Amino acid sequence: MRYVDEFRDGDLAGRIGDNIAHEADPSREYRFMEFCGGHTHAIARYGVVDLLPGNLRMIHGPGCPVCVLPIGRVDMAMRLAFERGVMLCTYGDVMRVPASDGLSLMRAKARGADIRMVYSPLDALQLARAHPGREVVFFAIGFETTTPPTALAIRQAQSEGLRNFSVLCSHVLTPAAIKHILESPEVDDHRTVPIDGFVGPAHVSIVIGSRPYEGFATTYRKPVVIAGFEPLDVMQAILMLVRQVNEGRAEVENEFTRAVTREGNACAQAAMADVFDVRDSFEWRGLGQVPASALKIRGDYAAFDAEARFDLDYRPVADHKQCECGAILRGVKKPTECKLFGNVCTPETPMGSCMVSSEGACAAHYSYGRFRDIPVVSS
Amino acid sequence: MCLALPARVVELVGMEQAIIDLGGVRKRISIALVPQACVGHYVIVHVGYAIGMLDPEEAAATLKLFAELSA
Repeated sequence: MRYVDEFRDGDLAGRIGDNIAHEADPSREYRFMEFCGGHTHAIARYGVVDLLPGNLRMIHGPGCPVCVLPIGRVDMAMRLAFERGVMLCTYGDVMRVPASDGLSLMRAKARGADIRMVYSPLDALQLARAHPGREVVFFAIGFETTTPPTALAIRQAQSEGLRNFSVLCSHVLTPAAIKHILESPEVDDHRTVPIDGFVGPAHVSIVIGSRPYEGFATTYRKPVVIAGFEPLDVMQAILMLVRQVNEGRAEVENEFTRAVTREGNACAQAAMADVFDVRDSFEWRGLGQVPASALKIRGDYAAFDAEARFDLDYRPVADHKQCECGAILRGVKKPTECKLFGNVCTPETPMGSCMVSSEGACAAHYSYGRFRDIPVVSS
Repeated sequence: MCLALPARVVELVGMEQAIIDLGGVRKRISIALVPQACVGHYVIVHVGYAIGMLDPEEAAATLKLFAELSA
């Protein structure tokens, strides 16, 4: 596939790896956080870690929307399906997120709830058109990449007068989460989670542009390099971060210039601003309540807001006691430091959300990296 | 979750929609977020919507950058 395969070339990866090894200062440590699950997945799947020097460590960030979705939000969707008899539509990744009472949307479906997996909000709209006698609710999650399509679906429903369609909005905002991490005590005191720089979001940045990160570079003195989701993109971004650290710079740089501009997609930003308002606060799994970090549907579109329509209230639910997803999402622990990892918690039977999505730190490590932990015994 | 792929626009079909080709697979998507998209352009497709455009010159420049050796 054009513009994909070229960015996965093994020989070039080796060359960038050599450049990183050549330029990294052996007398110091480098710790970079890749915010996005897409980067976490690429690093694990393509074995990027094996091409990095030993004094350079990648810390997995909380940029996987499935992983940061708290149990209480999934429970809200579950109540809609079981108690209100709605047809609940959502993305495939959401289906297996563990909810209360040992349930997930997938298991709820097996018990008879009408839950449909959709590829696009357009599919949810189509279901609403096809079933005018049913309430169709789209359980919308995701970062800024996924938000503009939801906004357009809501506008489309309004223009068509589709009265049986509504959205349970759980969209979250990337810059707010990065700010939260930078202000967390673990990062602030530079002891438990020292971060020297960030690999910045790929597709989120297509929408919001590179400008929103500029404050992190100036205020917190952390370099940010926006990178595409292919393995060569990630490696080049790491090289650019090493250079910034070596030269004492803290700037926003853009490796993903083929798709990201400083201003972003104005059309998408306008659609989001038209349909959504920022919530005062929102609970993230692993991070807790994060101020101004999520979106709600604006009053003009209240008829399409499932929370208002069905008078839903949010009830927070504690995670499984031994699940370390919270600490893993903050970069404090590695997946292997969780007691549940790889025994009771696997991608087939996830206990915590980091094991659900292939972009979650635990699922990525389980699928592609768990045998790296076992020492090779030579004959 | 933020999975998106570059795909070539092969036909504009009206109503802010287009047919795209991705490695031989064709699909109808919305181009409401990139109204400037034309036939032959590469767009970044996510959940049935083009969310941005791909700049071929910048892609070539980035590939060239990968091949550079450290000084």
